[in-house]
Amino acid sequence: MDYVCDIDAEKGAASKLITKYIRTEHLPQIWCPGCSNGIVMRNVAQAIDNLGLDRNKTIIVSGIGCSSRSAAYMEFNTIHTTHGRAIAFATGIKLANPKLEVIVIAGDGDITAIGGNHLIHAARRNIGMTVIVMNNNVYGMTGGQYSPTTPTGAIGTTAPYGSLDRTFDIANLAIGAGASYAARGTAYHVQQTINLIQEGIRHKGFSIIDVISTCPTYYGRENKAGDAIDMLKWQRDNTITVAKAATMTPEDKQGKIVMGVLHQVQYKEYTDAYQELVDRMKQGKDVHEHR
Amino acid sequence: MGKRVLMLGNEACAEGAIAAGMRLYAGYPITPSTEIAEIAAHRLPEVGGSFIQMEDEIASIAVAIGASVTGVKSMTATSGPGFSLKQENLGYAALAEIPLVVVDVQRMGPSTGMPTSPSQGDVMMARWGTHGDHPVIALSPSSVKETYELIIRAFNLSEKYRTPVLFMMDEMIGHLREGVEIPDTDKLVIINRPTVINPDPKRPPYHVEPGTLVPAMAPFGEGQRYNITGLIHDESGFPTNSTVEAEKLINRLMHKISDNYDDIVQCEQIGMEDAEVALFCYGGTMRAALTAMEEARAKGIKCGIFRAITLWPFPERELLKAAKHLKQIVVVEHNYGQMVHEVERVIKGMCRVDFVGKYNGTVISPQEIVKKLEETR
Repeated sequence: MDYVCDIDAEKGAASKLITKYIRTEHLPQIWCPGCSNGIVMRNVAQAIDNLGLDRNKTIIVSGIGCSSRSAAYMEFNTIHTTHGRAIAFATGIKLANPKLEVIVIAGDGDITAIGGNHLIHAARRNIGMTVIVMNNNVYGMTGGQYSPTTPTGAIGTTAPYGSLDRTFDIANLAIGAGASYAARGTAYHVQQTINLIQEGIRHKGFSIIDVISTCPTYYGRENKAGDAIDMLKWQRDNTITVAKAATMTPEDKQGKIVMGVLHQVQYKEYTDAYQELVDRMKQGKDVHEHR
Repeated sequence: MGKRVLMLGNEACAEGAIAAGMRLYAGYPITPSTEIAEIAAHRLPEVGGSFIQMEDEIASIAVAIGASVTGVKSMTATSGPGFSLKQENLGYAALAEIPLVVVDVQRMGPSTGMPTSPSQGDVMMARWGTHGDHPVIALSPSSVKETYELIIRAFNLSEKYRTPVLFMMDEMIGHLREGVEIPDTDKLVIINRPTVINPDPKRPPYHVEPGTLVPAMAPFGEGQRYNITGLIHDESGFPTNSTVEAEKLINRLMHKISDNYDDIVQCEQIGMEDAEVALFCYGGTMRAALTAMEEARAKGIKCGIFRAITLWPFPERELLKAAKHLKQIVVVEHNYGQMVHEVERVIKGMCRVDFVGKYNGTVISPQEIVKKLEETR
């Protein structure tokens, strides 16, 4: 068997990272063998470590689903909220204490279906948080139903004849709503994805990193996509960079994952704008007789 | 000396909340509660607090919970349709023991109903709206003055017991203007949650120290790194499937409220010394009941008033005691009959229980109450 080498070679580094950032007393985690959530969780930890964030001031927020179980494994202040609402809880945390670094870890169903409203409005406000989506194209926790990112025609337990839905491109959805940083990585491309997450955290404002992930147990099995390794190899063979994509025709780009920073602009961050209002009030500028 | 001002019920709610220490408000526009959001938007930046209008009702309560975990007192306000939407996250806050205040200025339902006619149709939703067994504290004011004082108490109870407190206003009180004596801030009793900063890292975050009511709370960002979840958890804050731990947690949550009944439950009794008949009321119906009592007494009916200020826990001990001398209780409420079932449950046939309700968008008149008293003599 040929194993995906860059994950294996990192093993030693990963172990140190695990002792430092993972609540090892709560391992083994609940994910199925071959699930890529562990890879992405590790990438988040590595990005935080590379940036040297103050872990007491770093808050990890999640919703409900397989990906959302990451929060409790990570040695930070962690809050595992209700289905779809992680970004809304995170908004409260950031607004109440803008000094905190707020990171949301979510799944595709959680963040674009039941939580879609919060995603677009947080992007519109440009509130300072980093959203990392473990996008595995399926509802894993409930056993393999089709999600808003399941490709049209693909099988889910609730799409036995193939999904009729058109799909969301999560990064483009967020860009359309006003996100000031949007990137796409994959579970296979570890180093690139760490960099993209790092840039997202460093970016001031609303950042989203759509990490194309794998669910061999449900999506892979239902769609005959092979085992965990086959699915990662598929990512390796079907991913192109933003630079490469710019040189290709739309037809050639069909079915390819475009990886890299897709969009980055600077707008005023929401809590900064709010603080400016409070400061103006202190100087007595906007004060008028209250009713 | 405080100052006397003319205030709208919803204004008293917002101003009282700020006096209680609310420094974050998140809401979504809905009549008849909107003035609370408008005043919060106006006033919070003045006191260094945060206001945000969210994309929906669910997000509003989520923001309030998120703010509270960082140690900031927070509130959201709504009306019936929004209160329905907030129920899931209310259960979250009850289980995770996050203090916050949720205001429901009730309007007639079901569904969009008759916006924004008066109603008290959400009082059972306040008790049973979210899924699962969970503790509830719900308060209901019957005047503008009481709104100001009681919203402070709502925050105090929320902080003391680490639980969401429901503030069940109704359109009658929310949109009523009355003179209010605003107490000096140094005269107010303000309770803040038990807090730990930088505790021993090994301290289980949901451990209740002997002699205390609730686990002391570590604000996010202040030194203790721990986990909060809506899953059943043990005192470490991590999920568990242990049947023993699950039962222990639910029992503790229920008992922290029921064991402190005397501290939490309030009611008002007027003219009950010699009463043979009591009008059971709460919130805005108190106004009609007061006039009805006078008219009934003028007609020779020995009538008194029993008003629940705390709706949940239900003031059953006081009601049982009062009922010993009563021949009849007439429950007056703006719905098809909700609290009347609770009264019947408590009274268990000790005396006659009748009902005067209204569910057509108008208010109950004192004469309708007197008529019921005369018909049932």
